[in-house]
Amino acid sequence: MPRLASVNELEAYRAHLSAIRDAKRPCVTVCAGSGCTAAGAAGVLSALGKGVEKAGLKDAVDVKSTGCHGFCERGPIMIVWPEGTFYNRVAPGDARAIVASLGNGHVPVEKLLYKDPASGRAVVREEEVPFYARQRRVLFGNNGRIDPKNIDDYLTVGGYAALGKVLSSMNWEQVIDQVKRSGLRGRGGAGFPTGAKWDFCRQNPAPRYLICNADEGDPGAFMDRSLLEGNPHSVLEGMIIGAFALGVEEGYVYVRAEYPLAVEHLRMAIEQAEQYGLLGDDILGSGMRFRVQVVKGAGAFVCGEETALMRSIEGKVGEPQPRPPYPVQRGLWNRPTVINNVKTWASVPVIMNRGAEWYASIGTAKSKGTMVFSLVGKINNTGLVEVPMGITLREMIYEIGGGIPGGRKLKAIQIGGPSGGCIPASLIDLTIDYEELTKAGSMMGSGGMVVMDDSTCMVDVARYFMEFLEDESCGQCFPCRKGTQRMREILARICAGHGKEEDLKLLEDLGWVMQQTSLCALGTTAANPVLTTLRYFRDEYLAHIRDQQCPAKVCKQLIYYEIDPTLCDGCGACVKVCAGEAILGEKKMLHTIDMAKCTRCGACMEVCQPKAVLVSTGAVPCPQ
Amino acid sequence: MEEEPVEEIESLLEQFDSRRANLIAILQEIQSKYFYLPHPALERVARKLKVPLTDVYHIATFYRCFSLTPRGRHQIQVCLGTACHVRGAPRVLDRILTILKLAEAGTTADREFTVLTVRCIGCCGLAPVVRVDANTHPHLTQAKVRGLLNKYRKPERAQEETAAETTGEVDATVGVG
Repeated sequence: MPRLASVNELEAYRAHLSAIRDAKRPCVTVCAGSGCTAAGAAGVLSALGKGVEKAGLKDAVDVKSTGCHGFCERGPIMIVWPEGTFYNRVAPGDARAIVASLGNGHVPVEKLLYKDPASGRAVVREEEVPFYARQRRVLFGNNGRIDPKNIDDYLTVGGYAALGKVLSSMNWEQVIDQVKRSGLRGRGGAGFPTGAKWDFCRQNPAPRYLICNADEGDPGAFMDRSLLEGNPHSVLEGMIIGAFALGVEEGYVYVRAEYPLAVEHLRMAIEQAEQYGLLGDDILGSGMRFRVQVVKGAGAFVCGEETALMRSIEGKVGEPQPRPPYPVQRGLWNRPTVINNVKTWASVPVIMNRGAEWYASIGTAKSKGTMVFSLVGKINNTGLVEVPMGITLREMIYEIGGGIPGGRKLKAIQIGGPSGGCIPASLIDLTIDYEELTKAGSMMGSGGMVVMDDSTCMVDVARYFMEFLEDESCGQCFPCRKGTQRMREILARICAGHGKEEDLKLLEDLGWVMQQTSLCALGTTAANPVLTTLRYFRDEYLAHIRDQQCPAKVCKQLIYYEIDPTLCDGCGACVKVCAGEAILGEKKMLHTIDMAKCTRCGACMEVCQPKAVLVSTGAVPCPQ
Repeated sequence: MEEEPVEEIESLLEQFDSRRANLIAILQEIQSKYFYLPHPALERVARKLKVPLTDVYHIATFYRCFSLTPRGRHQIQVCLGTACHVRGAPRVLDRILTILKLAEAGTTADREFTVLTVRCIGCCGLAPVVRVDANTHPHLTQAKVRGLLNKYRKPERAQEETAAETTGEVDATVGVG
């Protein structure tokens, strides 16, 4: 454990690591992100470890667990270096074949290679997989290469070089100037220019604080978590550079309680950075002091809002405060405070290393750099995607995402979590940047991108978000507390087929009032999902109200199930799963559903092999 | 309510100094130890940090992680994130509640399970997802729910459940103390 007392020592140690680490040495990196772990990565890892040992390759091959590679749909994922061979959907039983291939010149294991669905061709290298080919992984590039629990791995890929550069050759004004010129904007979703924020804060007297906002509460977004789990040092390095620029000695990372692994990796990273002299007193012999504490959230969506987050760190209830004063004036413990999102901090070392001009060359006129999206929902390739700003939705959905499963029709894309909006399929050629999304009635938000097909009911989705926001509203201000409740009630009524046409006007009015008068961003943006669905999918609302029909066949009160007598083979699978004991029929005979007992759970449809269960919308027909 | 061992709480409190900022962290420790916040423990926390008991309760009721009533032996977290929602999570939740005979999320009478709904545990790629204790179960369907719950039941109870399953009848009401 070296304690690095100067920038020269850091570089000397890095050179030493490169010398003792053979870049050509075979290494298998297995994704142990949350997604792959749920898919069984731990079993794969231990089987591989045992297999390598048994084959006597322990001194010739490294087996590593890394953070999230992003392609969760195909997990567990692994890469064999130095070739970069990409294996997907690996099971513990495949370890033998992989070890055999390692022992014999790394001939790829055919059955574990990714098959391009379009051409049917097997793809060998990660960068040739269509999902990765269109991406530009500036922040996530190292996730599949390094063990997040080992600081030496991070140093080997050039970690802390940006910090060395800053400490040895720049002053704080130059750092802020670089951040300004890079055009970096807040990646938490609002897109405030980061350099300007830092500048404002620096003008206020010390002591100042800085905070990393890792309270990723948006349902459907998990990139902050993956970055903290997979490359915690990149976030820390950004924070240390920020501390240098802002003259800060104390920083906090506020992490969601639901992310235990992120907390664990972050704490390890902090400990290692302190041992190496990259954090704490006299960083790299420069005299700079900076400490970082991890604070765990306790389960409140509103704590992602910066003023509420600061209250929570102070041990208080997470209730947002009116702004101004802004946090850069009076924040944590009433001192000037900079709060930035995880991805914003992780972008800082990249900008210092490659230069502001390089960073600004990526993206659009007003939105620079890359953005990380989590592509989820009704999409073939779910996972994390890092792309240059300015990419179109079409490229995202069809080229990277591989289109909609089952050949169904794209209906809408929900961007930006509960504060965002639903963008209809007709706007598929929209370019993605802060301004364009806002124009379309959505927002960048944290980058959650939920794809919906024609089997998703937009009224139900609006009701879902409203239910969420009603639950999570802190209740301080009336427009948000009551507005979310009333909106949810109206939407639930429409979903149940009891809506009235004047409800739509009422929803719009309520939305307007909430936008204009709520205390914090949770309230002012809460109506977005409703207003955008009203704007783009009004027909669907009207179908629920006028015709008592749910076109997507989702809303339980407006649908019914039937069994197609020509297809039913009497297997009885549906009888077993029926929640309401509503299915009648002897084995091997035709089954029928008693609609009076049916709870509309749809389980029969899930299990029916011959697809004999049909769902329709409208009034239940009288039995013949 | 059982009386909690006082010494344990005292030793837990000793790890912290008495700054107000530690309040949430202390409650998190108590919650993870007992799976809920016993009233006597909260009284001691208030005394130690010199904050009114009402403040402690304000925190305990504001944040979702805390529970004032004991939770079951197994915690079932049903993810209701957006991705899980559009892939059928509400129906999975309904099925879990039906089997456990709960009207809404909460704790079963035999204190075997507590059903909690969470908004996104970040495994959207595997939606719909349910987490039981520390294990994440991906790609759930209604048909898989009973088998999943049986994995966590006490063996004798699971057998009764499976028997009910094969004969196609709904759960026989069995009270397990």
